Amino acid sequence: MSQVRVLVGTHKGAFVLSSDGKRKEWKVEGPHFGGLEIYHVKGSLANPNRIYASQAGDWFGQVVHRSDDGGKTWETVGNEFKYESTPGTHQWYDGTPHPWEFKRVWHFEPSPTDADTVYAGVEDAALFKSSDAGKTWSELSGLREHSTGSQWAPGAGGLCLHTIILDPRNLERIYTAISAAGAFRSDDGGKTWKTITKGLKSDFLPNPTAEVGHCVHHVAMHPSNPDVLFMQKHWDVMRSDDAGENWHEVSGNLPTDFGFVIDVHAHDPNTIYVVPIKSDSEHYPPDGKLRVYRSRKGGNEWEALTKGLPQKDCYVNVLRDAMAVDKLDECGIYFGTTGGQVYASADAGDSWTAIARDLPAVKSVEVQTLV
Amino acid sequence: MVRVKLPYHLQNLAHTSAEIQVEVHGAVTQRLVLDALEARYPMLRGTIRDQATGQRRAFLRFFACQEDLSHEPPDAALPAAVAEGREAFMIVGAIAGG
Repeated sequence: MSQVRVLVGTHKGAFVLSSDGKRKEWKVEGPHFGGLEIYHVKGSLANPNRIYASQAGDWFGQVVHRSDDGGKTWETVGNEFKYESTPGTHQWYDGTPHPWEFKRVWHFEPSPTDADTVYAGVEDAALFKSSDAGKTWSELSGLREHSTGSQWAPGAGGLCLHTIILDPRNLERIYTAISAAGAFRSDDGGKTWKTITKGLKSDFLPNPTAEVGHCVHHVAMHPSNPDVLFMQKHWDVMRSDDAGENWHEVSGNLPTDFGFVIDVHAHDPNTIYVVPIKSDSEHYPPDGKLRVYRSRKGGNEWEALTKGLPQKDCYVNVLRDAMAVDKLDECGIYFGTTGGQVYASADAGDSWTAIARDLPAVKSVEVQTLV
Repeated sequence: MVRVKLPYHLQNLAHTSAEIQVEVHGAVTQRLVLDALEARYPMLRGTIRDQATGQRRAFLRFFACQEDLSHEPPDAALPAAVAEGREAFMIVGAIAGG
């Protein structure tokens, strides 16, 4: 019988929620690392028992935890993220040059084929890689050393590399997204990079179509259609059909096109999900109604999914890494909120239930489908 | 042997009790005590001192013999009572925001 394991990073620990293929009864385990800020928890496709967790708080800095038994027990692995050469400066909030300083790991992306290989997206924005299951980390410095690097400025959450996508056809192709620099692609395993921002428009920039400066919140890709990318930006939902070379807006009839998460149905690469948030000044759902929106046409035409979600007095947020899908036949969708709920749908979004209601504020949600 | 007291979360991380002992060779200073601590408990690297700068993390303070030693130079000798094992070197985490 299939099993689903939902890995939840929260403000005060990590939780593992598990169920069988029916996805009706859920067991909640945790908190692991109770009391500590867990930015991201993600498992390896190559070995689902191997899971990485980023603990990153102001008290004790960055700690990397690794489990080799599906999240039951954990050991600490390497936490030294050292920038190559002299890091130089990026822009600070006030436009002054600011030295590159490591703060935390925002996102782990394990290789789909090698359980010992894992990438880490960090703040201040850079990409690291480990080939020894997290014991040691090396920077893929070509990204930070991109010609535009000195112009990158942080979003409110910091200058963070929060999205890493590996092309399943060719693992040399890597996509990354940085708030608030933009999106980038490498075709040589991370040695060299190009910006992939043509078509993005950000009115807050002096030049709205500048090469960098766009606050990309999240990017998603379906592995069966890897040249098609979907992006939730600081305003606008965008789509590229050519591996990021060009982007066009697909916000369509969304009530607001501000938001953080975006994800793709496990089996239908044209079905995508977002959670509209009122505005950049008000990070909560419009009208107090928590609604997931689904497009079955890859954007532009969206329908609200509300069954089982609170439709009044709901003012939570859904952070950028807090939505994921499972791979069961009826695709399951999961998301976590800053109010501590984890909602799940076992029918591709038609209906929802809270599988955990009172966790600490959720920072990330990832799902493993175990068959 | 030098006695070191750890805050709650670092006890959990290192799988230790609240107080441990480390062996320091030569002058007993903040730096050498922390070096010895991290050598014995590698999982604590980066959690007390920033790995890049070696500076004490802002949300931690060092105390011993009822004195705040947080702003003492890392190579200054710790009190004799610490060096002789009569008093503990205390690593204290900020109590707010847990």
